[in-house]
Amino acid sequence: MENLSPHFPALIIIVPLIAALLTSAAGWLNRRLCFPFAALGLFTSLLVSTGLLASVLDKEVILYRLGGWPAPWGILYRIDRLNGLVLVVIFFVAFLNLIANKRTVEESFPEQLGGFYALYVLFVTGLSGMVATGDAFNLYVLLEISSLTGYALIGIGNERAPLAGLNYLFMGTIGASLYLLGIGFLYLMTGSLNMTDIASLLPGFYGSPVMVLAFLLCMTGLFIKMALFPLHAWLPNAYSFSPSASIGVIAPLTTKVMIYVMIRITFDVFTPDFSFKMMHLGEVMVWLAVAAIIMGSLFALAQTRLKRMLTYVIIAEVGYMVGGFWLGNRMAVTGAVLHILNDAVMTLCIFLAAGAVVYQICGDDFEDLKGLFRKMPISMAAFTVAALSLIGVPPTCGFFSKWYLISGGIAAGHYGFVVALLFSSLVNAVLFFRIIEIGYFEPFSEGEGGHGEHHGPPAMEIREAPAGMLACLLLAAVSLIVLGIYTGDIVTRIIDLAIPPAI
Amino acid sequence: MNNILSLTPLLAVLTSLLAVPGIILSRSPNVREGWTFAAALAKFGIVVSMIPMVLSGVRLEYTLAEVLPGLGITFRVDAFGMLFAVVASSLWIVTSAYSIGYMRGLHEHSQTRYFCFFALALSATLGVAFAGNLFTLYLFYEALSFATYPLVTHHQDREARSSGRKYLFYILGGSIAFVLPAMLTAYHLTGTLDFTPQGFMGGIESKSTLLVLLLLFVFGFAKAGIMPMHSWLPAAMVAPTPVSALLHAVAVVKVGAFCVVRIITGVFGTDLLAAFHFDTLICVIASVTILTSSLIALTQDELKRRLAFSTIGQLSYIVLGVALLSQAGMTGGMLHIAMHAFGKITLFFCAGAIFVATGIKHISGMVGIGRRMPVTMGAFFLGSLSVIGLPPAGGFISKWHLVLGTVQAHQYAMLVVLLASSLLNAAYFLPIVYRAFFCTPGEAMFDNRIAEAPVWCLAPLVVTAVGSVVLFFYPQPFLRLAASAVRTLTGGG
Repeated sequence: MENLSPHFPALIIIVPLIAALLTSAAGWLNRRLCFPFAALGLFTSLLVSTGLLASVLDKEVILYRLGGWPAPWGILYRIDRLNGLVLVVIFFVAFLNLIANKRTVEESFPEQLGGFYALYVLFVTGLSGMVATGDAFNLYVLLEISSLTGYALIGIGNERAPLAGLNYLFMGTIGASLYLLGIGFLYLMTGSLNMTDIASLLPGFYGSPVMVLAFLLCMTGLFIKMALFPLHAWLPNAYSFSPSASIGVIAPLTTKVMIYVMIRITFDVFTPDFSFKMMHLGEVMVWLAVAAIIMGSLFALAQTRLKRMLTYVIIAEVGYMVGGFWLGNRMAVTGAVLHILNDAVMTLCIFLAAGAVVYQICGDDFEDLKGLFRKMPISMAAFTVAALSLIGVPPTCGFFSKWYLISGGIAAGHYGFVVALLFSSLVNAVLFFRIIEIGYFEPFSEGEGGHGEHHGPPAMEIREAPAGMLACLLLAAVSLIVLGIYTGDIVTRIIDLAIPPAI
Repeated sequence: MNNILSLTPLLAVLTSLLAVPGIILSRSPNVREGWTFAAALAKFGIVVSMIPMVLSGVRLEYTLAEVLPGLGITFRVDAFGMLFAVVASSLWIVTSAYSIGYMRGLHEHSQTRYFCFFALALSATLGVAFAGNLFTLYLFYEALSFATYPLVTHHQDREARSSGRKYLFYILGGSIAFVLPAMLTAYHLTGTLDFTPQGFMGGIESKSTLLVLLLLFVFGFAKAGIMPMHSWLPAAMVAPTPVSALLHAVAVVKVGAFCVVRIITGVFGTDLLAAFHFDTLICVIASVTILTSSLIALTQDELKRRLAFSTIGQLSYIVLGVALLSQAGMTGGMLHIAMHAFGKITLFFCAGAIFVATGIKHISGMVGIGRRMPVTMGAFFLGSLSVIGLPPAGGFISKWHLVLGTVQAHQYAMLVVLLASSLLNAAYFLPIVYRAFFCTPGEAMFDNRIAEAPVWCLAPLVVTAVGSVVLFFYPQPFLRLAASAVRTLTGGG
């Protein structure tokens, strides 16, 4: 490994890419090999990304020229503390979800194992590439890789999934095209596609309306892809009809990676000076985020199916990060970045728990959840931890990102955002305790109201999820608490140094 | 004042947490209860072992993790926290014994879950007692809310669900909507959340900001039951009686009062409150709660609900005493945490014992019960003396100090409130005792045969009743802790 370490930034793309090809080939030759190839590929990438994060902690930035071509002509990969962290999160989530869903995939798609796993690994490759690349056009290519595989992963489900996938495809393509158009304008103006290069050329064009147009196009494209209210309409259907194995990786990662890309574009392509100070977008964006948080929460309240409710929670969470980022002060940006990490793991945990429930109960209507605490005590314990994190209860990690975001809101004097965050916490408490109540109380005990006959609800046999699923779920739940306790280290050693000092 | 780095506070908090796997994995109920007792005794031992150090002015300190810049999960044991920890951990031992009698006597379901969350709740309680900053306090406050939810809703019927909703609505709603923003604003304005004598808010000059923050804190810590944030407590009485006894007379509600006292002494500081005349405001809020809840208590026929409204009033004694800001008043307020705990837990134990032995919950059905359960009703009498504040029960000592405190602070209106409340307390407790023993044979609802509750129920209530009386004659341990606490908390610097 030692002599390979200079090539780590490339390996992050190459390893899963090769794994995807091997998995696909194994699908024709020997289907039993599909899962090991996919798992090995993702696990190796997880190790590589951890190694990268460890080395950027000392070295700050690693630049890697693909094929040795010098920038700005060749494609440059650029790993700093921030995307080093995001990369680790991507592979951690993808790997854990893969292991957890081994059995559901085998049972749902026995004939298409090669195809499914190849799509899965390619999807992750696209996401990690978007995060690692230092080239604005390369980012578009990888965005399309992850989007196309994403459409397929969603459409592979049954019932209404293909239609939802198609709808997602239309919206996603519009978003990606807008981004491409923005990059096209940038290329016209600066003649470069390298992010650092564009940033250095940019001050000459600060006054240009084309620049403003390019910025707005890029951002709008990204907002569609991250499902920022009111551009969110594609998400609930696409997510709630897709199979558990797909949603377990798509839900935690897609929106979070798009938010990272937004941060990357505003900081590294357009520079904070341009994005924050010259565009005067902050106020508008924060109010949009407030709307996203409040509307997402209200829509979630109206749902009667678990997975569908969670999709609206995601929409509200997108508002957390967008709002925090556009507040533009150090506290709030720290909160937004920290929330990328925390929300990815929280969403993973809650969707793994939901997946375990759906797998055992074969349904996610609130009616189906009765007696769940007796049937699946361990899964529901993990579900409760994830719920507490989404509500924002210490010491789970969700509390700490909320802490930074609210502090940022107070520091900026933006009380609308503060109130929206508190409102969303309270709504999340209602949402999740509603489910906990159904699982805990119903069916009601027979001796109703009368003291003296407290024999509790009728006994039910324990039907826990399979061991592999349970182990991954517990690992995710424990990491919520570990991340919470190590918030101090994560912020001071990684995030604080990753945010430009100008903010 | 010197601080010593020590793991002991952490150990005290963790002891009951560590017993949880033992409780879950035990094969027989006796082994399981063995774990509970082992944890309870160990916890009490560890807490008591720290008393000499605390009294000598040393503060034991331990930071578990630095989670935010300059802000960690920090334990710091001072005399006030110690006083509360001693009360909670000693009464847990007694309550564990009582739980066995009660839960087995009624053949309750899910006893493993019950003992497990009881242990968790005690961990959280000590976490609050030893919290060194507002953030740690908040963390354990929330942990306690969630640990007690399955206990309150133990019966898992419709009534339990609606009570559980009310419980979460007030307690979680208060902490997220009020305390959290207030805490964040305080942190934003001052850059610290460490409890310090005379508080850390001195730098804030805006009176309105301070007032808003103070009110958010006082009402946000809904466990203190200050009206109108009180109505979760009567609802929570659907819980099994040992839960009501330890959690809703001692641990949970006192955590609320404890938090308010910390806000008064460690966050704002007594000088600051006096300078802005906020002390009178808190006194008025507390006295409204005291009088209103006592009046409501008079009208309750269900014994546990009457006790619950009585508790709401008595909690505000603590807040009122400390808000008087006078030496005796603060001592009395802090002492009341201990004195009221012993008295009220006795009363709850009695209510539970009556229920286990006869199945009766309503006061109107208890005429002549003293002949059937003389020991229980004797203990009930002692417990009510303590809550009313009459000798020879410990409650007299704290009420004495409180009354003295009103005079010292020249708050004569508060003196009237305290005395009126005592009369009301007597009016809602003594008739129960009187009717239990003195009635014509025609009125008596029970025959003369003595049939007490099982010994596991009976022994604990005798212990706590005797404890209340002993505290009248030997209040020194708590008195010294309270006096030392008042000295350090008002000393400044």
